[in-house]
Amino acid sequence: MSENLTAAVILLGIIHSGIRLATPYLYAALGETIAQRSGVLNLGVDGIMLMGAFSSFYVVFKTENPWLGLLAAIVVGMGMGLLMSVVSITFQAEQGISGIGLYMFGLGLSSLLFKTMLGTVEGVQGFSELRFCLTDSFCLADVPVVGKVLFSHSLLTYGAFALVPILLWVLNKTTWGLKIRAAGQNPEAADSLGVSVAAVRYASVTFGSMLAGVAGASLSISLLNIFQENMTNGMGFIAVALVYFGSWSPLGVLVGALLFSSVNALQLWVQVLDLNIPSDVAVMLPYLLTIIALALPFRRAAQPAALTKPFSRGEN
Amino acid sequence: MDKQRANRSILDKLIDIALPLVAVLAAFLVGAVILYLQGVSPLEAYRAMILGAFGNKNGLADTLVKSIPLMLVGLGIVIAFRGGAINIGAEGQLIVGALFTTFVGLQMGDKAPGVVGIVLGLMAGALMGAIWGAIPGLLKAYLDVNEILTTIMMNVIAIQIGYFLLRGPMIDPAELAAGTNIPHSARLVKSLDLPRFTDVAKALGFTETAKQLELEGFAAQVYGVLVEPTRLHIGFFFAVIMAILVYIFLWRTTIGYRVRAVGLNRHASRYAGISVERMLVLSMTSSGMFAGLAGAVEILGLHHRMFEPTSVSAGYGFTGIVAALFGNLHPLGVIPSSILFGGLLVGGDKMQRAMQVPQALIGAILGLVVLFVISTDYFVRKRRDRRVAAPPSDEQEAPATPATTSEAA
Repeated sequence: MSENLTAAVILLGIIHSGIRLATPYLYAALGETIAQRSGVLNLGVDGIMLMGAFSSFYVVFKTENPWLGLLAAIVVGMGMGLLMSVVSITFQAEQGISGIGLYMFGLGLSSLLFKTMLGTVEGVQGFSELRFCLTDSFCLADVPVVGKVLFSHSLLTYGAFALVPILLWVLNKTTWGLKIRAAGQNPEAADSLGVSVAAVRYASVTFGSMLAGVAGASLSISLLNIFQENMTNGMGFIAVALVYFGSWSPLGVLVGALLFSSVNALQLWVQVLDLNIPSDVAVMLPYLLTIIALALPFRRAAQPAALTKPFSRGEN
Repeated sequence: MDKQRANRSILDKLIDIALPLVAVLAAFLVGAVILYLQGVSPLEAYRAMILGAFGNKNGLADTLVKSIPLMLVGLGIVIAFRGGAINIGAEGQLIVGALFTTFVGLQMGDKAPGVVGIVLGLMAGALMGAIWGAIPGLLKAYLDVNEILTTIMMNVIAIQIGYFLLRGPMIDPAELAAGTNIPHSARLVKSLDLPRFTDVAKALGFTETAKQLELEGFAAQVYGVLVEPTRLHIGFFFAVIMAILVYIFLWRTTIGYRVRAVGLNRHASRYAGISVERMLVLSMTSSGMFAGLAGAVEILGLHHRMFEPTSVSAGYGFTGIVAALFGNLHPLGVIPSSILFGGLLVGGDKMQRAMQVPQALIGAILGLVVLFVISTDYFVRKRRDRRVAAPPSDEQEAPATPATTSEAA
């Protein structure tokens, strides 16, 4: 009986942390989905996340206002996105390399600013966890079992999940979505119909980078409420992989993000429970699974045809 | 008429070479603005950096020491890039190479003469790096899996394997006995150390110091680097020889030609009967091999034991990409480029000590160098397109970007 109870508690714990930890992956991977659907591989997500995490943390540290922090992450994310756009779209640089450059820049600059402007690891009070209190004495978060799992997350976590249907709708039901998909699938045709491929790609990359900035903020002013050097530890690259895994669809990305964060949560529990798996091995399991998942052949057709291909008029 | 054309082609080449330099200067200019905003004098900071890296024999020796892994990693990046693949996995390949070299070195001990041990150690590192590069290569060639993503994942896996081995099977018995459990291996036997420059100089009969010879200024520093005891080891010559070999491989052999053909145009290569898949696997495998060699040389020449994986790889996997790009993705260009960026790493360290500017600035500048260099590549391409009417240039030129863009995914 008590064994069953422990198992249930652990399972709920894994689901709860799975939903929580999915937040940064969701923001970053959904943003990357938009960028890639427009035909641009933005590999600099991790660097943008770090800059978003630092800027939002610093602003909250100074103003104690999480909304201003979020705004800072949005602005910084968009700025990094514009930089990426200039290099990758206007100058048509090899996208795999420009992303690595952006990553190195973001990693270096966020570490530099952290060391000179903060110096030590501090804590802030960021977005707190909601409790959905219907009356003074009754909160949904207190409902047994599901309350804790579903109704005790921060606003940014719910925002990440809300983005999935929104982006699905934008991509598939709006003119903007059509333009984005056309720029990624058949830029020549889009161009001949009077769509500015460059403008659509600029907007998509900048929007995606903005979400990457928010992804960083979700770490530093919501989930963890601290900033550390290189605190994303490669999450941004995982987010890019999730886009491939999710077949360039927001829904697929949602599945991938939940799966990955659950495996990660499981991995944390393995360490907590002191199971007989070395923690070093447990940490690498999600990455191993990602490689295997990428090798699965079922979603090839969904890849935007012009992904990573620069477009310039008249050359084709 | 011909002379005019020759002059113009020289001018064109000069401009093509100058553009990356402009890009690097621009990156440093942005770095200067960042320094200024931090309240540090950019001029003084850069002065400390340059003098620290190139100003005296110890700085110079350290610069060359750091250029060794950069050169080897950079060569691997060049091969992969020329073959149409982007290898972001040099960090991991370097780590597994270093691990296996250490393992073989520990097993060897004194059982064989040092030379045999060194050769076996180098081969072990190369082999493991090659395997680590072959996996993403195979996945890309036969299952169409994006190599950028797999190499990044393989980096994390390599780091974790490293920690696992160094906390468990490979840990220094002395650490266990002392109970400190710092994750590093035992030191390899001295006979496996790569000879240092000073050892070679002694063997050749140079025993006086620069002072005794009454050398002054720059000559004294160069003499000091070559003869006096520094950390500089013969891995530097090894790396330079490798650069020449890679050049010969890529431009003077049939297989090298095929590798480059696949990189330039996969479809045309297939049409011409080249096995595109095999060439992709080959370029990724040799790319990993060179990163693994970098790990082996770091262990045998510098560290003599394996310790924290990320401290051994020290970002060389990424800085090597910068060195390769700045070297125009040419094996011989990688040599000066590696020395330059080795100097940047050493100078950044000196700057941190002298001016309290965090070394992270170097990382940010390196990132900007990448962004700016590949942006200027656009102008190189534009200029080349404008020259299409001119006679086709020697095929050794044509750096710019091979056709990875078209099928990177």
